[in-house]
Amino acid sequence: MNPVEQAIVWLNDPLNWTNPGGITDRLVEHLAISAAAVALGCLVAWPLGLWLGHRGGGGGLVVVVSNVTLAIPTIALLAILPLTFLGFGKPAVIAALAVFAVPPLLANAYTGMREVDPQVRDAAVGMGLSGGQLVRRVELPLAVPYLAAGFRTAAVQVVATATLASFVNGGGLGQIISAGFGLGIAAGGGQILAGGLLVALLALGMEVALAVAQRAVTPRPLRAGTARRAAAVEAAPAQVGAGARGAG
Amino acid sequence: MSLRHLAYDDPGNPWFSWRYVQDNAETIRAALGEHVSLTAQAVLVAALVAVPLAVLAHWYRPLTGPILAFSGALYTIPSLALFAFIAPYVGTGTTTVLIGLVLYALLLIVRNSLAGLRQVPAEVRDAAQGMGYGRLASLLRIDLPLAVPGILTGLRLATVSTVALTTVGDLVGHGGLGTLILAGFRNNFYRAQILTGTLLCVALALVLDLLLAGAGRLLTPWTRR
Repeated sequence: MNPVEQAIVWLNDPLNWTNPGGITDRLVEHLAISAAAVALGCLVAWPLGLWLGHRGGGGGLVVVVSNVTLAIPTIALLAILPLTFLGFGKPAVIAALAVFAVPPLLANAYTGMREVDPQVRDAAVGMGLSGGQLVRRVELPLAVPYLAAGFRTAAVQVVATATLASFVNGGGLGQIISAGFGLGIAAGGGQILAGGLLVALLALGMEVALAVAQRAVTPRPLRAGTARRAAAVEAAPAQVGAGARGAG
Repeated sequence: MSLRHLAYDDPGNPWFSWRYVQDNAETIRAALGEHVSLTAQAVLVAALVAVPLAVLAHWYRPLTGPILAFSGALYTIPSLALFAFIAPYVGTGTTTVLIGLVLYALLLIVRNSLAGLRQVPAEVRDAAQGMGYGRLASLLRIDLPLAVPGILTGLRLATVSTVALTTVGDLVGHGGLGTLILAGFRNNFYRAQILTGTLLCVALALVLDLLLAGAGRLLTPWTRR
């Protein structure tokens, strides 16, 4: 039996879905970890990015954060954080994944605020808006396409990277693949392939779903030159963008 | 009789220890060697495939969409899944790791090379045509040299992310420093080993990035004038 047939057989066994530690369990675990990591990333990166963008300084910091996190292997953080005060378990995994969600969120929040037309800002100040009002009523709405683009990149990346948590027994769908390797290629080939398929489908599905969501939250007049592409071009020379991501 | 010496000999679990580095120099060197060799091979093969692909996309515009979409979709697939697809067919050797790493580096190099090629000014291309350059000569003497900054950005990004990604190769037993890190984790959470592996990994990415940046400066003397 070749691996593809094995994988189909494995996926067709209902027990592989419903057992404790089966596909359903792992999927829920995977999504919960990912959601928490993205939320934590947003909590840290958005206020910082928006503030730096509003003030107009600190672009260097954004670039440095992106470059440094690009060079740190996900596996290393996943192995280090459980040995710190975070302890073993979900918090360490979530924190490790959140670190890799920060760069796209931060860079896009920053770029979004910087890309606001200075004339629009001038006009708002001329109309008597205070700093806080300027942020809330002018800059933030105009930065939404960038925030959405950053969110999409970060979320897709975290969902992909969360599979690596299985290296330190941190749960998620990657656990199915690791278990397959534990059985050996001959016996576990089907499970390995099936796990890979599930993980790949989840990542691609996330990408498509968030692309639709991004379009939905972007005001119609801002849709023409998609923010994502603009951000990538903008950041490429500084090595932030161009779709680079950590060891997903 | 005193038990004090036992207390002094308690190894503890420090984050860093020279003793560990000295005692395990051979293991560390082997892991680092594997890491460097995997990274270098992957980036080299990826560049040999990606630059011609970028040229193809540059020459035949209709191909640009499919090439970028295909490499983009590959890039979205998590590395673990990619290794899972390859391993049942190729086995648990370095080849599996290499194929995965090459597929990931591909997108970064194709996209940036294409951007580099697109940046060549139309006047320059016109002038080359006027001087009688054919398509191939123009590519080799005009387009590619002028696209070097873009290609290099792609190579640098690909190198840095490949250094980090190679660690995932531990899944099939060939993760270079990743294997060192995870062996430390599984072996009673040996902090010194984990941190040594991590530091070497980050340092390696930094050194390779600087080397490529230096090579780029040497290759494009006109950008400094």
